[in-house]
Amino acid sequence: MSILDYAAAELSRKIKEGKHTAIEAMEAVFERIGEKEEEYRCYITADRESALIRAAVVQRKIEAGELCGPLAGVPVAVKDNLCTKGVPTSCASRILANFVPPYSATAVENLEKAGAVMIGKTNMDEFAMGSTTETSFYGVTKNPVDPGRVPGGSSGGSAAAVALAECFMALGSDTGGSIRQPASYCGVVGLKPTYGMVSRYGLVAYASSLDQIGPITKNVEDAAYLLEAVASYDEKDSTSAPDAERDFAEALTEDVKGMRIGIPRDYFGEGLDAEVRKVVLAAAETLRAAGAFVEEFDLGMVKYAVPAYYTIATAEASSNLERFDGIKYGYRTGDFEGLHNMYKKTRSEGFGEEVKRRIMLGSFVLSSGYYDAFYLKALRTKALIKKAFDEAFAEFDLILGPVAPSTAPKLGESLSDPLKMYLGDIYTIAVNLAGLPGISVPCGKDKNGLPIGMQLIGDCFAEKKLIRAAYTYEKRKAGADAWAKIMRRS
Amino acid sequence: MGKNYETVIGLEVHVELATKTKIFCGCSTAFGGEPNSHTCPVCTGMPGSLPVLNRQVLEYAIAVGLATNCEITRDAKFDRKNYFYPDNPQNYQISQLYLPICRNGKVEIETKKGKKYVGIHEIHMEEDAGKLIHDEREDCSLVDYNRSGVPLLEIVSEPDMRDAEEVIACLETLRMLIQYLGASDCKMQEGSMRADVNLSVREAGAKEFGTRTETKNLNSFRAIMHVIEHETQRQIDLLEEGREVVQETRRWDDNKGYSYAMRSKEDARDYRYFPDPDLMPVHVSEEMLEEIRAKQPEFRAERIERYRREFDIPAYDIGILTETKQMADLFEETTALCGQPKKVSNWLMGETLRLLKERNEDPEDIRFSPKHLAKLISLVDAKEITGSVAKDVFVKMFEEDIDPEAYAEEQGLKTVNDESALRRTVERVLTENPQSVADYKGGRQKAIGFLVGQTMRAMKGKADPGLVNRMLKELLG
Repeated sequence: MSILDYAAAELSRKIKEGKHTAIEAMEAVFERIGEKEEEYRCYITADRESALIRAAVVQRKIEAGELCGPLAGVPVAVKDNLCTKGVPTSCASRILANFVPPYSATAVENLEKAGAVMIGKTNMDEFAMGSTTETSFYGVTKNPVDPGRVPGGSSGGSAAAVALAECFMALGSDTGGSIRQPASYCGVVGLKPTYGMVSRYGLVAYASSLDQIGPITKNVEDAAYLLEAVASYDEKDSTSAPDAERDFAEALTEDVKGMRIGIPRDYFGEGLDAEVRKVVLAAAETLRAAGAFVEEFDLGMVKYAVPAYYTIATAEASSNLERFDGIKYGYRTGDFEGLHNMYKKTRSEGFGEEVKRRIMLGSFVLSSGYYDAFYLKALRTKALIKKAFDEAFAEFDLILGPVAPSTAPKLGESLSDPLKMYLGDIYTIAVNLAGLPGISVPCGKDKNGLPIGMQLIGDCFAEKKLIRAAYTYEKRKAGADAWAKIMRRS
Repeated sequence: MGKNYETVIGLEVHVELATKTKIFCGCSTAFGGEPNSHTCPVCTGMPGSLPVLNRQVLEYAIAVGLATNCEITRDAKFDRKNYFYPDNPQNYQISQLYLPICRNGKVEIETKKGKKYVGIHEIHMEEDAGKLIHDEREDCSLVDYNRSGVPLLEIVSEPDMRDAEEVIACLETLRMLIQYLGASDCKMQEGSMRADVNLSVREAGAKEFGTRTETKNLNSFRAIMHVIEHETQRQIDLLEEGREVVQETRRWDDNKGYSYAMRSKEDARDYRYFPDPDLMPVHVSEEMLEEIRAKQPEFRAERIERYRREFDIPAYDIGILTETKQMADLFEETTALCGQPKKVSNWLMGETLRLLKERNEDPEDIRFSPKHLAKLISLVDAKEITGSVAKDVFVKMFEEDIDPEAYAEEQGLKTVNDESALRRTVERVLTENPQSVADYKGGRQKAIGFLVGQTMRAMKGKADPGLVNRMLKELLG
């Protein structure tokens, strides 16, 4: 067994027991990166030397007894839209090429406090806008199961790195499904926390009212530990929740007895791949067998989520991305005539197609004369979607559904038809609009061997229920899979 | 021809708040400093940085709103005003459009025509921008973000003013209210208070408003008066020529003394305002409102009333003393110590204002304490020092807040009450000035004044002039 086979918390235990060191773990990671990066391109920045220095510092602190948390010594990958002091942060965009932040995101500081050791910065869709990690200025990340397919996005680099063991765990960000969908496509666990659970300070904003940072890991236990490490109330983020429960590891118990799980019929209708449907419903059966009460219901409002999301998210993005102008940092065009021309050329050359499309769309919906018809209407729709979930959570503890309508598409298939790509977000984006937590847990494979994820959705700040159900499912499924293997052999 | 026109004026007043730190980060608002030394990721628009509202800004805004009889919005919001310019690091300004903190207020103004109310449409909070520095030699522009994020209040009046006098009265009233609150020093010459003038004209008696223009960023009363005069005439001339006034933004060139069009309504920018998703709605609780209400100071109008009742000083003095809170406080505290309001008022309105003007300072720059001024007054009353010595001591006190008694003692400035020493000096003056003595004896009463002067001079001012006068008369028989 290779050191790379360990899950994060497992590795940390071995390091604390003295069986391995943080340095060995980091060396193994870079060996793996050396083997896989050329084909899969999970990272934008990964510097072996500085990572090993960081690992050595942490190792010393572990030996001195200064670091003893559940993730101490574990190499972690960080999505490239999280500011890291002294380490380039590009958001996979040309416009932030060579931008080195003078400060670290609160989530990154929290990682350091927990003793996790940063490997480098992972690839993503430019400014987190996309579902395939194909819009990165620094190349396309490939799906670990089938390099002819996309890893999902926008946190595709993080999800693929976890699946390829190019890291032990990773941070992603999720604005409309950007953690859960790539986790589903790559066969790993991805958790999008409640809005306000993790500080957004230092997360380069795409859509401020929807963005959340969350873990992408090999299993549910690691997700709980990693979330516990990064989640905090932060005075520097006005939208940070002061009183939320943040002791997630406590929820790592196998117990769903009496838990009420709702299955929205509207998530299993037209557009859902038959194989995905079958596998996700089988997962629901596993939870029922474990003692949960599972029932179908009508959620409603589902078809309005995509238009509401693309109105709100692009509006916010059009404003959030105004600061990238060639004046203060990042890319500036080579030659220009005056200020206006500099702005125009810098932004035309610095942003990619998808980002420009969303800036244009967002600028349009905020324009005078259109604001009420589009932006305000979208905000009202958002409130109605939240209401639909509130009604559902009056009945159920959790909602269970698919993460995406299909398994990972082939490279190049999605960008040619952006509208179709946007519709692929249908099961994930309502969760962001309502500010809810959601988790993607691997639950099977299609006939091509491509991973399928099940999504569990909780009420605001009900992460612990989410983790408990996901943990129970994962254990039961592992047991069942082992049994099936034995049965096949006999 | 020969129609009568009425000018209609509304104001947008920007006031820089006197907070120690910026509106959305902890950086200092102190003036000066090396370029970009009072900055952080937030006020330089770094990727990933987030704004957090400074509560003091909210409290000042509410206090100003209460002082101007506004309704306070219980759930206010911040909005982004999007426009590209290098002094604006995020390329949007955080301001308030949809739910400003204060609305529907009014202030009472007084002019020669009497008293009237000017409506306050709204007051909102926003952030200031940085400063561009154009380097002609290097042919480049640099930007200093020290001012970026300094808190501002924008006070928008209703179009209730009809001439320059009313406009100035309105600005003065606002300035005094805000200074009394300590929310801003409101110094126009330093830019902590500046105004945009919205102006239109219409035929006298017309119901509808004419088309207005907005002249931006005026930072002196003089400029405001000129703009009102010029813009009124310009618009009347247009109408008289049968042309139309174009709705536009104008800029006033103070050096050349004229205004020019900056941009018309057609190419007005679309700021794409929308609620800032990085900031939570601002909830003003009943407790917070009550707390601020309880802390409101006594404003000028109330003080004037009280001074009329409590102090026996002329209305003119009251008017001047209450112009600033600093002066009024100093007056009251000193009077409380020495019980002589008129003498205190004389020192403040005379020597104090003279020295301030000479040094180009404001009442808030006053350094001397009420205790020392009260002591100076009682020294003169007790004839321990003469009035002319007191003036010299006061200059020293004005500069360094010295204890006047100790200072007079040290410097040997106390009045000489030793009659024999004085008599010797008087006798000497008489022998040295036989012509004046002869004049006096010959019936020229005025000659004694010269002799008093000579004696005082010989005594270096340290004698009681009354006593000198008496002694001279006595010796001259």
